Amino acid sequence: MTKKLPVKQKIEHRPPPPPAGPVPWDKDFALQLLLDMLRIRRLEEKAAELYGDGKIRGFLHLYIGEEAVAVGALHALAPQDNVVATYREHGHALVRGMPMGAIMAEMYGKQEGCARGHGGSMHLFDAATRLYGGNAIVGGGLPLATGLALAARLQGETRLTACFFGDGAVAEGAFHESLNLAALWKLPVLFCCENNLYGMGTAIERAESQTDLCAKAASYNMPTFAADGMDVVAVHATMQQAVAKVRKDAGPVFVEFRTYRFRAHSMFDAELYRDKAEVEAWQECGPLHTFTARLKAKGAGGVKGGKAKLSEKEFLALDARAQAEVAEAVAFAEAGTWEPVEDLLKDVHTPPPPGRPKEAQPTPGAGAAREHPSPPSSGRGMGGRGRP
Amino acid sequence: MIEFKLPSLGADMDEGTLLEWRVKPGDAVKKGQVIAVVDTAKAAVDIECWQDGTIVELLAEVGQKMPVGTVMATLLEAGEKSLPSLPASLPQGERGGSQLPSPLAGEGLRERGNAPAQRRMISPAARKHAAEKGVDLDSLTGSGPHGAVILADVETAAAQGAAAASRPAVAATTEVPSAEKGAARIAAMRQAIATAMARSKREIPHYYVSEDIPLARALAWLQTANSQRSMAERLLPAVLLLKAVAVTLRGYPELNGWWRDGSFVTAERSNPGVAISLRQGGLIAPALLDAGSKPLTQLMQELTDLVQRARAGSLRSSELTDGTITVTNLGDQGTQTVFGVIYPPQVALVGFGRIVERPWAEDGGLKVLPVVTASLAADHRVSDGHRGALFLRELAELLQHPEELDKEAS
Amino acid sequence: MSRKLSYREAMREAMHEALSKDPRVFLMGEDVGRYGGTYAFSKGFLDAFGPERIRDTPLSELGFVGAGVGAALGGLRPIVEVMTVNFSLLALDQIVNSAALYRHMSGGQFSVPLVIRMATGAGRQLAAQHSHSLENWYAHIPGIKVLAPATIEDARGMLAPALADPDPVVIFEHAGLFNMEGELPDDWTVDIASAKVRRTGKDVAIITHGGSLPKVLAAAETLAADGVEAEVIDLRVLRPLDTATIAAAVAKCHRAVVVDEGWKSGSLAAEVMARIVEHAFWELDAPVARVCSEEVPIPYAKHLEDAALPQPEKIVAAVKEMLG
Repeated sequence: MTKKLPVKQKIEHRPPPPPAGPVPWDKDFALQLLLDMLRIRRLEEKAAELYGDGKIRGFLHLYIGEEAVAVGALHALAPQDNVVATYREHGHALVRGMPMGAIMAEMYGKQEGCARGHGGSMHLFDAATRLYGGNAIVGGGLPLATGLALAARLQGETRLTACFFGDGAVAEGAFHESLNLAALWKLPVLFCCENNLYGMGTAIERAESQTDLCAKAASYNMPTFAADGMDVVAVHATMQQAVAKVRKDAGPVFVEFRTYRFRAHSMFDAELYRDKAEVEAWQECGPLHTFTARLKAKGAGGVKGGKAKLSEKEFLALDARAQAEVAEAVAFAEAGTWEPVEDLLKDVHTPPPPGRPKEAQPTPGAGAAREHPSPPSSGRGMGGRGRP
Repeated sequence: MIEFKLPSLGADMDEGTLLEWRVKPGDAVKKGQVIAVVDTAKAAVDIECWQDGTIVELLAEVGQKMPVGTVMATLLEAGEKSLPSLPASLPQGERGGSQLPSPLAGEGLRERGNAPAQRRMISPAARKHAAEKGVDLDSLTGSGPHGAVILADVETAAAQGAAAASRPAVAATTEVPSAEKGAARIAAMRQAIATAMARSKREIPHYYVSEDIPLARALAWLQTANSQRSMAERLLPAVLLLKAVAVTLRGYPELNGWWRDGSFVTAERSNPGVAISLRQGGLIAPALLDAGSKPLTQLMQELTDLVQRARAGSLRSSELTDGTITVTNLGDQGTQTVFGVIYPPQVALVGFGRIVERPWAEDGGLKVLPVVTASLAADHRVSDGHRGALFLRELAELLQHPEELDKEAS
Repeated sequence: MSRKLSYREAMREAMHEALSKDPRVFLMGEDVGRYGGTYAFSKGFLDAFGPERIRDTPLSELGFVGAGVGAALGGLRPIVEVMTVNFSLLALDQIVNSAALYRHMSGGQFSVPLVIRMATGAGRQLAAQHSHSLENWYAHIPGIKVLAPATIEDARGMLAPALADPDPVVIFEHAGLFNMEGELPDDWTVDIASAKVRRTGKDVAIITHGGSLPKVLAAAETLAADGVEAEVIDLRVLRPLDTATIAAAVAKCHRAVVVDEGWKSGSLAAEVMARIVEHAFWELDAPVARVCSEEVPIPYAKHLEDAALPQPEKIVAAVKEMLG
């Protein structure tokens, strides 16, 4: 007897119909999320420009088109939760609360950057907001998130760990090992797959034997959710359910956000692998303008709607705020300084706590008596902290 | 294609000026043939080619000053048309084949094997200690692996006061700035030889003995040994004779040493001075240090090196003062028997004539064999003819067992 | 006073002590729990500390080593046991790309206080895939420390300072040593910063680590019978190397032989030789020699395996050739 296998899902490269109807939120909350999407968009547009100017180097992966995912999802987390992200993480860092100046300075390679210029665009870290990178190894963050959740569980903490990764990571062994471990050990991990249909230039149906990613995750015996990643309302609502599920069941949950990246994979990408028409079709339902249009047409304030519409003036004011923040971030990065080369080797190892010799010789039974501050240890004097 | 490069003729030579080409393109040259004359800071030196071949192109021009290592000419290897050949920096025969996995200096030796004036192996610790103690490394004989000078050698020398380096070299021609001064140099050397030889004949009561030595076995053994060697490594009969003398001397300490201040001092090692006649006239007899304990291959390299440097005027002072006996080989000149004059303060000289085929009676029959006449001139103050005769007899016997001489290598 | 115990018992005691003293410490790896540890290092631990702290993992090295990195980031002090160094290759990404880099890459914000233990080495006829000595790969990586306990004392004592270290520490335990017995003095002290002189001598410094240490000590005895006094240096800490101790031994003996079970090309021995040339060149009285594994996958058949590995006879021969 052979068991009937799930059918390989035919993957849709066209966008779903744009969301309609009033936004079921308070207007203030809706404007806050709109502002966050604008902040990401304006930050990255500027970053692309600065890349052309040679101010930003290395790899630069833009999130433009996918902003609804980070904004909708991260607003559903609590401050004590952990976040693990990928190399396309400017939006996550920003929404999580990292000052835009610290992000921009990091991309400039300045020591006022969140990682003192050690990481650049792909490695944004922030102990204060529990952002554990910024991981540029595809799938690299998943085992780590699993371990963070294990630590939380063993220490009786209530925090969950949200781990963002792309559809490309699903093919990595790390995905399968991590989902298996997390489900086996019932760890509070929220696996958030940002499915933008391409792992770099390879379309998902050319990389996955089963394109229904929820089916894959479900095989590890965990609840799954899927949401339209172009709709910040849907993202937020789904994420809220998923978060609640993790907290309630104390086990992992998988969420797939179906989204699309409007820009190239990185700055070195001729985009030979997809049609312009496909990109344009998705841009039609871009998360920023569909949400703006919805707020203008139907307003916010509940299913009945109509009560609190967004005016053009309000929108322009929000956008101006975002652009002003970007301008200040650029000024902050420009004014930043280079870490002295003498400090090159400084953070390879953790310095010993003050007052103790570096090579202490523990006596018998001294065991683990030597204490070190446990991470995250924030509090590096960072010039960019506090929003501009 | 062989690149013929300006060789380093001494540690202190870093450039030379071409005075003369002795060959032209198309000439066939033999290993050891002089192909150019180069003026070094010390002297005009005949430059020998180290491989058989045919001159393709002369790249250096007469009058041109060039650093050591400059390609002076290109040659086709014997028998080759235009195959890309070994770089001149590797001796022939060192390509391919299995190399012994020696973790020690073996590889270094091979790399250095080509340098006409082979760099001596001196350990860093020995160098450092020698500098601290003011010991002249050139005066030391290496006791380390492959003859390397090691720390212990320096310590011994330092303890003994390292006097050797400061002894005046009788016939050393260390300061000859240019070819123009050649005549003066030759005159000086003639004077030095005159003084030494007059003293020898005045002071040393010579006695002479000689012995005919059949060399059939020795030459056959050499032929076999050489058939497995590359051109660059082939052994000449002279090296076998030298080694045989040095080994035989172990049993005759009264022939190996110096007469000093009215008494004889036995030398611990035998350092046969090799009489070398110089092209510009004169004679020099630098020592092959501790020849009795060195492998034939090494001895051959050192002999070649010694001859080359003697003719280039770049000998080390120790080589001129540490000889414990002189060995002279006049066979090339066609002579049959040598009646040598002892080089004071040494007390003996061994001479070899030409190796010729002669009728030889053996086991009741008559054969034609290659034979050499060996002679000994010795100081009667130290030894008697009886011992001298025994020495030659033993030397003759040893040369009937050439393989023993190679065994000594280990 | 001292007492006798085996390397295995010493490791077990060390882990037991760590688990008892610090609630943040937990042990994770394949078959560390019910099975009692592949090498019985954690026998009885499951009953003593429970399944949360003695955590059997699936066969997923990348996953559980990465989870160890995450758990360390999250405030715990994990001991992650990888059964053997060959399996650690499956986890290399998390060790190299996460554990080693996080501190520096985050601008000093996140340290990873993780201990990874793994068995290493050949000599038990386990053939090519279970006989690696890849310590040098790990010793190449800035951001991690690499230890190689080769004595009872170090087996007993290195874990505690490794756990106390705020950064990742990888411990290589040579499987050929597990049954070794020795005396543990009552007043032992152990650091994870220095190389140690295991035998004093004046004629040649033999520098080694891990499973080669007993072989080197045996060779030193043979040499002593011939009047050659070898000084034996146990590196113990493979990263960062204790260059000063190495250089001091070379300055004393003027000759050095490096013995390393890794393959010669690109080996740790090569690094030690480079340090000697950098720091003690003028003290050398002979070229530095080394005895490493032959450049071949380690074969199964005993005579071939023996021939592939450093042996006391090879070490003696290398020293004698050097002495001339």
